[in-house]
Amino acid sequence: MTDPGALMVWLILLPLAWACLAFLLGSGRGAQAAIIGLGLQLGLTLLLAVMLSGAGAASHAVGGWPAPLGIALAADGLSVLMLLLTQLIALPLAVYAHAYFAAGSVEGRYFWPLTGILLAGLNGLFLSADLFNLYVTLELVGLSAVGLVAAGGGVSQVAAALRYLFAALVGSGAYLLGVALIYGAYGTVSLETLGPLVVAEAPRAVWLAGGLMLVGLMLKTALFPFHYWLPSAHGGAPAPVSALLSALVVKASFYLILRLWLDPFGALVARAELLAWLPMTLGSAAILWGSWKAIRAPRIKMLIAYSTVAQLGYLFLIFPLLGTAGARQAGMMHVFAHGLAKAAMFTAAGVLIKVTGQDTVAGLAGVAGRRPLSLYAFGLAGITIMGLPPSSGFLAKWLLIEAALQQGHWIIALMVLVGGLLATAYVFRVLRQAFLRAPRAGELVAVPRTLELMAFVLAAASVLLGLRGVELMALLSIGSAA
Amino acid sequence: MKRLVVIAAALAFSLALIATLLELPAATIDLRPAVAENLAASGVAHPVTAVLLNYRGYDTLLEIAVLLLALFGILALGLERQVCTLRAAERPLQLLARLASPLMVVVAVYLLWAGAWRPGGAFQAGAVLAAAAVLLHLTELLPGWLQPSARLRWGLAGGFLLFLGVATAMLARGALLEYPPAHAGALILLIEAGLTFSLGLILAGLFLFMTCDEGGD
Amino acid sequence: MTSGLLFAIVGVLLFTMGGAGVLLLDHLLRRILAFNLMGSGAFLVLVGLAQRHDVADPVPQAMVLTGIVVAVAATALALALARRLHALTGRMELPEADDD
Repeated sequence: MTDPGALMVWLILLPLAWACLAFLLGSGRGAQAAIIGLGLQLGLTLLLAVMLSGAGAASHAVGGWPAPLGIALAADGLSVLMLLLTQLIALPLAVYAHAYFAAGSVEGRYFWPLTGILLAGLNGLFLSADLFNLYVTLELVGLSAVGLVAAGGGVSQVAAALRYLFAALVGSGAYLLGVALIYGAYGTVSLETLGPLVVAEAPRAVWLAGGLMLVGLMLKTALFPFHYWLPSAHGGAPAPVSALLSALVVKASFYLILRLWLDPFGALVARAELLAWLPMTLGSAAILWGSWKAIRAPRIKMLIAYSTVAQLGYLFLIFPLLGTAGARQAGMMHVFAHGLAKAAMFTAAGVLIKVTGQDTVAGLAGVAGRRPLSLYAFGLAGITIMGLPPSSGFLAKWLLIEAALQQGHWIIALMVLVGGLLATAYVFRVLRQAFLRAPRAGELVAVPRTLELMAFVLAAASVLLGLRGVELMALLSIGSAA
Repeated sequence: MKRLVVIAAALAFSLALIATLLELPAATIDLRPAVAENLAASGVAHPVTAVLLNYRGYDTLLEIAVLLLALFGILALGLERQVCTLRAAERPLQLLARLASPLMVVVAVYLLWAGAWRPGGAFQAGAVLAAAAVLLHLTELLPGWLQPSARLRWGLAGGFLLFLGVATAMLARGALLEYPPAHAGALILLIEAGLTFSLGLILAGLFLFMTCDEGGD
Repeated sequence: MTSGLLFAIVGVLLFTMGGAGVLLLDHLLRRILAFNLMGSGAFLVLVGLAQRHDVADPVPQAMVLTGIVVAVAATALALALARRLHALTGRMELPEADDD
């Protein structure tokens, strides 16, 4: 396979294929197929990254019909990085989920078909260069995430899933109306074709379209104040599902905001520079509010979920700085850092909850001595979330502060520091509790070693990535003008 | 208070948007000539079907995945019932349903066939098939469905797999879903036939899997 | 005013009505209907705006067909969830958020 187009197509076909296979095999089956499929996907993504760093951005006209008549798939540095992160996180999570659902719980029965379609949706989203096709991939991602949250069908799962579903549907509805207006204004939904058209002329309807798409996607990304649906959905789901949702799903709509903000709406943003301070303001509020709720959350998974609300805020601090490559690198570095660390936290918490049989932070007392590896994984992930060196979280914050100070926006640098301090408070809340002497020697449930190992792998990756992050972010320059 | 704010905001937004629509200049790009020019190579004579299954066939492929996904989501709720029994029903209703359902199958086949040159196609045909199943269920002739057997799972996913298979096979020609013009018509009919069957089952399943459920275990 | 433009304007009104409905209504069935109204509004804008000079354009029509199928899938999932919630709690409203 020497054609990057074929690689892109297989990244979408493979997860669809193993999702169907898992469904055909029957409820709860298909883990092996998924793990093999994910391994192949990771290989293909690496191959694609290597190929593109040599030859530059690539595209593939589906059906042989070039855009604007047909739909184009396109891969540049930004897409490749998102693809890489997705497969990198999904593979260990699949191994984890295989062990987690091994007992045959109700929640796990349709985990593999739903996850396969989720991944096809994510990969499709990162590769699509067509606004309407992006809408379909958004729905693939949103509905499969809702299905994963609802799995099992208890009251709290169903209520969380419904709340999530309405948010997702209103979000994609607003996005779709934006697409309709764009088609009405320009007669095309191809991103490549739209770029120069928006630069040439932007009627007022296009501004409204951009606004609708932005708000819709912010709702899907759970940016403050649209975060209300996230804690119950992410905090209530089984650990592997929480990890997938927090690490990857919310990043998909963030990716789309970033992609559209740069192009084709870059021309609009350039005419109204103050606009970039809106996401920044909401991001700052998200950091403060999310951290505050995380510091006070009685349950550990809710603490981690609110930490996601806060950490998503950082991603929106970069918008006033987007003129520089440094800010884009800082943003993507943070996507990686948070993705890996949050997957590690949820998986480690999943082990601790299984072991102690209850889900409060207070109940973790004494767990350090009994499950050191899981706690170590949680601590390493915490280092990344707090942004201590040498973790990738540190690198992301460093790059962001550097970009902010270069452009004289010290307020952004300040927010980064405040956020780091607040994160320290909630991470240490868990660690402190874990090192307390256990009040009573309660019975611990045995769990498979694989669970702890995968949490550790993810956490270690989040820290070690800090050492090689700069080289990784160099991929961002593929197909980018700046 | 919340009511008032939301309604005022909705009104203001509507007015602003409508005002921009009234002043919107003509679209820059017109895709209609491109659709018409390539119609001969698309394998079908109806422009909407050509867009749906050829030019933008990839959207349709993912759309079927969305439907299948909704079904997975419903099954994942954990439907625990072991039996689903038929109740007594009105005889005249049953008689009518018995008469109507074979006709609906004929209508479905016609819709599938007509899709090539006039409004119709796999989704419409599948919807009629599903409606027949729902009709039979409501007249207590067909019980609600429990967790699907292997045969039913193949039926549900088969149409999508066929579509996926054909789409992938075309990669050898250069691009996903790139039909050779000479065989495009036949391939599209094959895909649509498979989809009609599976869509009928999926859409029926969206109804029939739930009707027996009374809240898990 | 052409009929296409009229469709688009009605579409905008349906969309905002549906959107307000999803935000304001508590009964799940009504919210699901409101979401469908919203979707139909967006579809009408897509088709209507593209043919505001009174010539039909097959591309947005095909997109709307795709969109309708997606909306059917989402509605089915929403109804199934609402039905399950009703079976478990006997109510058609969402319980208070459990988010601490």
